[in-house]
Amino acid sequence: MLDDFALRAALAGIGVALAAAPLGCFVVWRRMAYFGDATSHAALLGVALALTFQGPVLLGVLVVALLMALAVSTLSGRGLGEDTLLGVMAHAALALGLVAVSLLQGVRVDLMAYLFGDILAVTKSDLALIWSGAVLVIALLTWRWTALLSATLNPDLARASGINPRREQLVLTLTLAITVACAIKVVGALLIAALLIIPAAAARPLARTPEAMAAIAAGIGAFSALGGLGASFQWDTPTGPSIVSVAAGAFVLTSLLRSAIKARR
Amino acid sequence: MSPLIETRGMTLAQGGTPVLRHVDFAINAGEIVTIVGPNGSGKSTLLKGLIGALTPVSGTVTRAPDLSIGYVPQSLHIDPTLPLTVQRFMNLPRRSKPQAVAEALRHAGLPDLGSAQMSELSGGQFQRVLLARALLMRPNLLILDEATQGLDQPGSAAFYRQIEEVRADLGCAVLMVSHDLHVVMAASDRVLCVNGHICCEGTPEVVRDAPEYRALFGSGTQGALALYRHEHNHDHGHDHHDHEGHTHAG
Repeated sequence: MLDDFALRAALAGIGVALAAAPLGCFVVWRRMAYFGDATSHAALLGVALALTFQGPVLLGVLVVALLMALAVSTLSGRGLGEDTLLGVMAHAALALGLVAVSLLQGVRVDLMAYLFGDILAVTKSDLALIWSGAVLVIALLTWRWTALLSATLNPDLARASGINPRREQLVLTLTLAITVACAIKVVGALLIAALLIIPAAAARPLARTPEAMAAIAAGIGAFSALGGLGASFQWDTPTGPSIVSVAAGAFVLTSLLRSAIKARR
Repeated sequence: MSPLIETRGMTLAQGGTPVLRHVDFAINAGEIVTIVGPNGSGKSTLLKGLIGALTPVSGTVTRAPDLSIGYVPQSLHIDPTLPLTVQRFMNLPRRSKPQAVAEALRHAGLPDLGSAQMSELSGGQFQRVLLARALLMRPNLLILDEATQGLDQPGSAAFYRQIEEVRADLGCAVLMVSHDLHVVMAASDRVLCVNGHICCEGTPEVVRDAPEYRALFGSGTQGALALYRHEHNHDHGHDHHDHEGHTHAG
């Protein structure tokens, strides 16, 4: 059954969307959009390093994304404004990755596949990795959910209840790195952050509790993955950008819906 | 009986700069302690050190093993992207029984607001929800950081009266930073005057007359430490007359 490349692509897209949705909610609530950018852009550097040392690409991406996320969360809050710091890190990581890939000798790298994803080339083993990663991310987030939510709401409030906000931050950092490693094949390094943020933002107007927002975001993400794949087959458009476009369309729709509901009141 | 929290020579820094030096402080079960001090004197920093949000650069903090803190922050900004009903907020970080939450909201005078969004509440309702949430875990130490900020005088008076009831009810210790220097609960067992260090402490009357306090806040009416006294022997019926029940001393 998994021999059909379209089915594998659909399953890969859904797996990434399900993991990205709840994580994306935290990225939105904590205003860490650039954090997602910096981590996912660093993925390209991971690809270059993995190819240099002839290691598995996914491992390279995971390690570099994790190092990047750790560097960002350590450096933030000292000196430079957070948005400036993250802006520097995100784009520096992307530029360094591009330079590193160009320096690779004797290896032909399909740069576009890593920048924009190549979901139609997902193999059975890719699929297994993506779903293991997605299950791990969802399990980690579910386990730490309440503590993460408390720390997101107010670090002092969490502290007074015996929750360590820095430890919860580390959980987010780790899940972000895993998600990036899983998603690079699906939407590519440039658009991973979009898959985190847009479904969560699209879910906001429809939700009254944090849990509902995560669930709705997961639904919108999965719908976007399937819709984007369909559109990509239909009109022969690049798949990753098509998925993100469908998600963006959902965002516009729910925003209009909210305005309409507000106007009615 | 050992104190709930005790510090010895605690020095706290914010961004590398020491803000509060050599604090020896202890609060015992059931005590009401009020912290006063000018802006930037380190009042909130002291609370952060006590709840563990700041690690002292030197000195020690000892917490009782059974310490359970109910914390009411100065203000709570909820990001507009985070949907949160009152009900859900009350269950952070630990879920309580629905009846317990309903009972706490009723006690706070907000019985019908469980399904409302936190962002829809008025300032006074918001503060009362914060207090109700802090009390849900039946803490033995209630910490309030300028909890009456943004409330008008009748609102603050009602809030202070509620704190007194809470203490009578739960028997918990209360540690609060006073919103302004003009109203300090007369029920305070001790007042701490803070300005980079603890400059004086004692009963409200002792602090009011202390030269260190006078030096900081002046001795005219502007610097006066007014004591909020709640008159228990008669009932005004509604909040708007409550401020007449205050005795302005000093």
